[in-house]
Amino acid sequence: MSSTSVLGGVVRRREDPALIQGRGRYTDDVKLAATAHVAFVRSPYAHAQVGSVDTSAAAAMEGVLAVYTAADTDHLGPLIAQVPVGALRPLLNSGTVKHVGEAVAMVVAEDPYVAKDAADAVEVDYDPLPAVVDLKHSLSDEVPVHEGASNTLISWVGPFGADEAALAELQQGIEAAKQRDDAVVVSQEMTNQRLIPVPIEPRSVMADYQAGYDRFDIYSSTQIPSALAGAIGKYFGMSMNQVTVKAMEVGGGFGCKLNVYNDEVLVAFASKHLGRPVKWTETRREAANSTIQGRGWVATATVTGTEDGEILGFELEGIADMGAYSQNFTVAIPFLGLFVGSGQYGFPTYWKMDCVTTHTMTTDAYRGAGRPEAAYYLERIIDMYARRIGMDPADVRRKNYISSSEFPGAVSPMGFPMDTGDYATNLDAALETAGWSDLLAERDAARAEGRYVGVGLATYVEVCGFGPSGLVDLGFSWAEYQMPSAFNGSSLVRVHPDGSATVSIGTGPSGQGHQTTWAQIVGDGLGLDVERIRVIHGDTEEAPPSIGTFGSRSAAVDGAACYEATGKVRAKAARIAAHMLEASEEDIEFADGGAHVAGAPDSSVSWGEIAACAYQPHRLPEGLEGGLEAHAIFSPGNATWPFGTHIAVVEVDPDTGDVDLLRYIGMDDCGNVISPMIVDGQIHGGIAQGIGQAMFEDAVYDADGNLLSGSLVDYILPTASDLPSFELDRTVTPTDVNPLGVKGIGEAGTIGSAHTVVNAVVDALEPLGVTHIDMPLRPRRVWQAIQDARA
Amino acid sequence: MKVSMSVNGKQVSGDAEPRTLLVHFLRDTLGLTGTHVGCESSYCGACTISLDGKAVLSCTMLAAQADGADITTVEGLASNGELHPVQEGFWERHGLQCGFCTPGMIMSAVTLLEENPEPSEDEIRQGIEGNLCRCTGYHNIVRAIEYAGAKMRGEEPAPAEWENA
Ligand code: FES
Ligand code: FES
Repeated sequence: MSSTSVLGGVVRRREDPALIQGRGRYTDDVKLAATAHVAFVRSPYAHAQVGSVDTSAAAAMEGVLAVYTAADTDHLGPLIAQVPVGALRPLLNSGTVKHVGEAVAMVVAEDPYVAKDAADAVEVDYDPLPAVVDLKHSLSDEVPVHEGASNTLISWVGPFGADEAALAELQQGIEAAKQRDDAVVVSQEMTNQRLIPVPIEPRSVMADYQAGYDRFDIYSSTQIPSALAGAIGKYFGMSMNQVTVKAMEVGGGFGCKLNVYNDEVLVAFASKHLGRPVKWTETRREAANSTIQGRGWVATATVTGTEDGEILGFELEGIADMGAYSQNFTVAIPFLGLFVGSGQYGFPTYWKMDCVTTHTMTTDAYRGAGRPEAAYYLERIIDMYARRIGMDPADVRRKNYISSSEFPGAVSPMGFPMDTGDYATNLDAALETAGWSDLLAERDAARAEGRYVGVGLATYVEVCGFGPSGLVDLGFSWAEYQMPSAFNGSSLVRVHPDGSATVSIGTGPSGQGHQTTWAQIVGDGLGLDVERIRVIHGDTEEAPPSIGTFGSRSAAVDGAACYEATGKVRAKAARIAAHMLEASEEDIEFADGGAHVAGAPDSSVSWGEIAACAYQPHRLPEGLEGGLEAHAIFSPGNATWPFGTHIAVVEVDPDTGDVDLLRYIGMDDCGNVISPMIVDGQIHGGIAQGIGQAMFEDAVYDADGNLLSGSLVDYILPTASDLPSFELDRTVTPTDVNPLGVKGIGEAGTIGSAHTVVNAVVDALEPLGVTHIDMPLRPRRVWQAIQDARA
Repeated sequence: MKVSMSVNGKQVSGDAEPRTLLVHFLRDTLGLTGTHVGCESSYCGACTISLDGKAVLSCTMLAAQADGADITTVEGLASNGELHPVQEGFWERHGLQCGFCTPGMIMSAVTLLEENPEPSEDEIRQGIEGNLCRCTGYHNIVRAIEYAGAKMRGEEPAPAEWENA
């Protein structure tokens, strides 16, 4: 285990003392006097014409303050989407509802129990219409999801930027390869099923409109406070400085809390209308049917290669499920898959995904967002190809990697410049850690005993920590939420007169430990103990404009902004200290809570003394302004491209189809590491979610659009006894796009894991001739595959 | 109706409707928001508390049913400013990320170690099976409980993995 931190040392998390004693404050814990409570009336139908909405009985109930329908809120317009391709969600819908769980009316009452009773008392007439759920059915446009519009919203075709002539040439090249005498063509249609994100904290929002000041305080379990603030400002005709959004502790997000939701706007509307704080916390069922879902692809992957493992072309063609409405990034998620469509390989790749609507909840960013799907198809089909030609799956991969000698300057076959990479070294390290040849020998010995043991391997590259700033011109700004760019980090570091410091930053963590990591970066730069540094995040009043936490971006982008702001403060402090110590600025060093002259530790001043001087301008050297703080906006030169290799060992019980995950090894490379403890924790959680997809989780809609897995009884999450302890190690290939050399790690575990497990299970069942099983690999499905193979 | 109980060593009472869930009574009437609601349907374990020495789900009980009970919530675990070894273990071994499952997880772990002071890894995993965590993959939660077990037995806990370079 490499425990080296670029900053040196592991720090226990500073957020933990509150959280382990039950004193953390999550949104639902906030109590304001006279708070009213919301319950929603939601459609039980996937597609239906709404007739009358009778609110009279509900409105007459004691304790009910208001019942709102679309007539009250339509003037606000639909829900803002960041990539507004396709139909947008009405805040409340009294026309044609498009998915189970769509909000039809909103009840506000003195008490949450009363609100729920009153919501039950709202009578809605629905006239059910035929629903489209199946992706191929949707693609046919036989039943439109939205009257008069094609169900296909957009088709993403790659390589990125290739014109029709170039695409035609690429496809002809792959066709020609298929005609070669030594060509091996392996093709498989596979489903990458829909998932429900399920952070354990349900989403919660409280709006407090203060009429006397004409301003909003909004508390929300959001990953992007600034986007919500920008949206609320737009809806209510207010300036950004009239709206404060506070995300306090957020109990997991995984992407589903980075949307701005209609319920957040509606709760704000009710607060303004009623003149009192209004709060709503979703139920677990609402979290399933009206918070965004992820994945949902059906696609065919094809590899064309030679008998000795040279891959001549990869093609992916498929359909991605957008659900009924576009929300934040909806149609852009498969585009993120396109970024890594060719993985860490150099072979020609043709990639096409049609994004279609269905009568289901919207899909959007769920941990990995397009990249786990893309990696799944690629890594599954390469494994099938390796099996077909009888070659070690590690060797096939190594043979087709982009070579480390192509960095810097490597451009992926999908057309994107990549920062740094050394894939073969990482693969070899993983094989060594796992004891690859021993594993294969043990597997063979088990097979000889009639046991079904399998070893699975997969490698991945992801793209995250997005910049550069110029991506805005591709439409990926945050402009719909009044944020000009989604690609910069922003941090403000202030030294107080007593020598303590505050970092204000726009990140919106949901468990990533930013209280600790930002303090480490600043503390390291200033030579100041982390205990003297306060971190304020998730609060739009305190933070410089920034865009929250998602896409494994915080360390690489906002962390870099912390680093740069710290550098500016240190530079100014060095001038002041030099002046105070009558030394030369170049000789000033920072350590142990102050500055000293290099080689003369006794000639020193504390941060308190430097700051006291900074706030008395007459004592400062000529030309220096008073004060001791700095703001930095960091714009990275590129996204970062972390990578890794994962290996799983499984045993399948052929009588029951039960899969036992025996070992799981992860060798990830996220560049430099600030906190090995936090980085490993992120990988653990990511792997668990990938294993969850591989083995358990499935958001199932029936043909009528009913969500059959809307509770935790039928949406199965991995428990502690389903998982082994993970064996992690890392290689370190620093990025050159930020001064810390760090890449992202929040999603990597998820991007590497689902296919690793499926590869292992298919390997276990190879003696039976099983070549593929669609996820999730629950016992029944595995058992069925065994029966089919035996038949 | 009036309900009274002992919570974290203090006798408390308050008004509850017959249908008020115990978890809401704790959170809203007593202001003890450390006990979390993750599902309200007995599947996630976030609302786990100790009631008369047993780990129970406070979302599946009415406040009225807890009348006269002796309850400990996560807020009552530390004593005289000293963390309970399980709390310490979660801190020392990075057993939490978002912290939302943590109070319930800690309460289950406390009961687990009271019933089985030297659990194997498998026994720990089975012991917390009723508590879902979406952040940690359980890896460091298991390490945290191992740490606490060692501490409670008066042994030196195994070093943290990140110290094993
Ligand atoms: S809230 Fe009680 S088990 Fe989930
Ligand atoms: S730490 Fe987030 S759910 Fe467990």
